[in-house]
Amino acid sequence: MSYTVEQLVAVNPYNPDILPDLENYVNEQVSSQTYSLNANLCLLRLYQFEPERMSTQIVARILIKALMAMPAPDFSLCLFLIPERVQMEEQFKTLIVLSHYLETARFRQFWDEAAKSRHILEVVPGFEQAIQAYAVHVLSLTYQKVPRSVLAEAINIEGLSLDKFLEHHVANSGWVTEKTQNKGQLIILPSTEFNHPELKKNTADGIPLEHITRILPILG
Amino acid sequence: MAGTTSYDTDQPASGDSSAAAAGYDPNYVPDSVKSFVVHMYRHIREKNVYEIFQMYETSFQSISDRLFKDSPWPSVDAVATYVDNDHVFCLLYREMWFRHLFARLSPTLKQRIDSWENYCSLFQVVLHGVVNMQLPNQWLWDMVDEFVYQFQSFCQYRAKMKNKTEQEIALLRQPDQAWNVYGVLNYLQALLEKSTIIQILEQEKEGLEQFTATDGYDYNGGSNVLKVLGYFSMIGLLRVHCLLGDYQTGLKCLRPIDITQQGVYTSVIGSHITTIYHYGFANLMMRRYVEAIREFNKILLYIFKTKQYHQKSPQYEQILKKNEQMYALLAVSLSLCPQVKLVEETVNSQLREKYGEKMLRMQRYDDEAFALYDELFSYACPKFITPSSPSYEEPLVNYNQDAYRLQLKLFLYEVKQQQLLSGVRTFLKVYSTISLGKLATYMEVDEPTLRTVLMTYKHKTHAVDSDGKITSNADLDFYISDDMIHVTESKPAKRYGDYFLRQIVKLEGIMTDIDRIKLE
Repeated sequence: MSYTVEQLVAVNPYNPDILPDLENYVNEQVSSQTYSLNANLCLLRLYQFEPERMSTQIVARILIKALMAMPAPDFSLCLFLIPERVQMEEQFKTLIVLSHYLETARFRQFWDEAAKSRHILEVVPGFEQAIQAYAVHVLSLTYQKVPRSVLAEAINIEGLSLDKFLEHHVANSGWVTEKTQNKGQLIILPSTEFNHPELKKNTADGIPLEHITRILPILG
Repeated sequence: MAGTTSYDTDQPASGDSSAAAAGYDPNYVPDSVKSFVVHMYRHIREKNVYEIFQMYETSFQSISDRLFKDSPWPSVDAVATYVDNDHVFCLLYREMWFRHLFARLSPTLKQRIDSWENYCSLFQVVLHGVVNMQLPNQWLWDMVDEFVYQFQSFCQYRAKMKNKTEQEIALLRQPDQAWNVYGVLNYLQALLEKSTIIQILEQEKEGLEQFTATDGYDYNGGSNVLKVLGYFSMIGLLRVHCLLGDYQTGLKCLRPIDITQQGVYTSVIGSHITTIYHYGFANLMMRRYVEAIREFNKILLYIFKTKQYHQKSPQYEQILKKNEQMYALLAVSLSLCPQVKLVEETVNSQLREKYGEKMLRMQRYDDEAFALYDELFSYACPKFITPSSPSYEEPLVNYNQDAYRLQLKLFLYEVKQQQLLSGVRTFLKVYSTISLGKLATYMEVDEPTLRTVLMTYKHKTHAVDSDGKITSNADLDFYISDDMIHVTESKPAKRYGDYFLRQIVKLEGIMTDIDRIKLE
């Protein structure tokens, strides 16, 4: 093939002939653990135009990949294009419930539900890690110091595996663990402007260069 | 192309109330129409944009009001002899003919199909570069706008399957059907590509080309038609994608236009409003509330200041309607993301007047609040469409509401996910620090639930774009350390820089004045 799929989409945004290429590309994204929202939206659009060509198996894969892209709103962007009667199918109902738990940060319910739906999710490698990364993202926005138990629940890892997970992040992501006397371990998450508001740069008062140039003749 | 208008042989659609056919002779050309086409034709040949605009905007309306209030204009065949049977002029005349028909009467299926074919012929002529005209931006905008409108209207019409006659269904089932979604998108895309407008806008940034500076007109003897149609096609694509629920792709189509600046899109009020309405709506659906609020605020202020100049325009009613809809969308955005300081005083007082009381009730997140979100969304949303043909084998049912219901449902789903956030916000506003336990008691939830609510607040107020950049939409922010919540309210940043710049310029002006006095 002389074109990449991304190029195909760019050149033929409204061409039904590329539908099979886009379906193959979804499977490729699954097996190679890559992701292209743009190509997937293009495919959902073609399905929307010709519903009789829709493959629900492919749609399910797109939606699982979109969940893995949290915190980006990709899952909603995909749902906007999928007809309601298709969304009524059991597997899609499950995915919508999972998305709801993630959107409202109810990680315990999420992992319980995900365990029950393994048959749907296990076709997509990297799912758990992607959700864990999202959980860490939300925790990092919210906490300066997070209790170990809260972290454990959010990422669904406990005991020795959690120790290993922490070790890894202490070594690579600047996490620090802290022992407290009565409440067990606390994890100090890296500072960002979102959990340390004082770090927020006051960009609002910057003056663009073009504005300065307007008064240069005066200043000179 | 020979004019093949055949409205006289058409049966009006069932339930069609217009008495158009009665007493209407398509071959009778009143003197005022004769004079209209003769002058219009001459002005187009002479590239007199000013006169074309006057006739298009004023004369066409006044003749329509006087003679064609509830009947179509004379057929193209009847007027062709007065304009040398000019092919392109006849296409333009028919474009206006159909637009007038759609605005004032109920088009039949045959007429919808004829209008589609007329657009195809017109765009083909433009795409093959054989036009040498200079047309007013208003007219070129109206072409793209009407093209998308008629597509939307066709989809709505087709989706109402229940009371179709057998003839209509037979016509709809024809293979190369009119107003096919691929056809519509590909025409807009073709105009966009063939015009090379994206490259032109790029080159303009480097000073190699002029487009915005001349409002898209060509003062070197060329034609503006393809370029400007290509430009407006970007806005047409934004609108079509919004109608389909594809907000991400819609915004992508608009990206070559910098909406923080004036541009050709602001040279026509209709295009300006359509652009911002859909831009804001798409951002609202993608949870980028601050962006939606900022742009709604700007355009609402602009309409407030300028609407008096449009009172006589044929678009005036449309302007007022979109104005009201955008206030509703602003009310929704602000209820989900209370960033009132982004809203200018005039806009804010209008908003309070229209929606103040509803906005208070929307904060409560009870059933009544949801009903209000539903009401405002339904009033202000675009007319969503289902682009595919129905299955004619299954029993015929109406599906014209399906697309709208899906978008509404997903939107209300989002509102529901945010329902506890306004409560937590109210408490955080009055504390600088508070323990999780205490806040949980106040909110009557347990501590783990409170933690999820606080994380939801963070997630929903922090948008992440495709390159991983996080933008905060929160005016009230907090962080948790162990089990203490620390609240910070972002103070509105004072714009000292701008203030000083303005004062420096002012002072310089005064000093120049004083110098001048001394010299006299």
